[in-house]
Amino acid sequence: MSKPEFVYTTFIKTTPEKLWHALTDKEFTESYWFGCSLTSDWKVGSRMHMDRGGKVMNECVILESDPPRRLSYSWLTVFDEEMKKERPSRVTFVLEPSSGAVKLTVTHEGFAEGSKTLPSISGGWPMVLSSLKSILETGQPLAFDKTCDAEA
Amino acid sequence: MDDVFKALADESRRSLLDRLHARNGQTLNDLCDGLDMSRQAVTKHLAILETANLIATLKHGREKLHYLNPVPIHEIGERWIKKFDRAKLVALGELKRQLEKRDE
Repeated sequence: MSKPEFVYTTFIKTTPEKLWHALTDKEFTESYWFGCSLTSDWKVGSRMHMDRGGKVMNECVILESDPPRRLSYSWLTVFDEEMKKERPSRVTFVLEPSSGAVKLTVTHEGFAEGSKTLPSISGGWPMVLSSLKSILETGQPLAFDKTCDAEA
Repeated sequence: MDDVFKALADESRRSLLDRLHARNGQTLNDLCDGLDMSRQAVTKHLAILETANLIATLKHGREKLHYLNPVPIHEIGERWIKKFDRAKLVALGELKRQLEKRDE
């Protein structure tokens, strides 16, 4: 078992239920995920797709779904021909109550050797998580900077 | 945010973050390797970094792995750097890097 490539954590002053909704609701994701919307019924084995501006960016399959505690999906970037051929990686979200806040841990692992997807998403998660924290705590997402490469 | 600045205000802790930036997901043994610091000192610094949420830890089999968690640093940037400043700052950073590299 190889070790995960990325582990990110953030503490958000909210409830696990609201955070789960923020991670899985199509309209809500679009409001902070820099224009990306996530669509699925969030049942294990179901497909999930991440779209931006009507274009599918990532194709995913739900691997674990235990609301409001744990969510995991496979991740295949499809907007790039080379990335599309890679073995899908895996993203896992763990939500843990932590004195009036929720500790959110995001793990992204299982990238193919020499993956092109890996460098393209590595800058994306801190942006998405900061924006998620901002919208849940203040009602405002972070401004989207189009110069950043990011569909994560 | 106080925790983040306090944690960053120490050369040894910044060097531990540098090591994780170079190679993510290291054990305590990996991090101690080649460092002129006692194991106890490294453990203490890692605890301070974890409290500030600058590192995330993960149990992987019998090992505890340490990961650089850039989320709080990103939040500091978002607080003071305006959206339109970013491209100029990247250009300035690149200029400094190039010029200083030539002097080496």
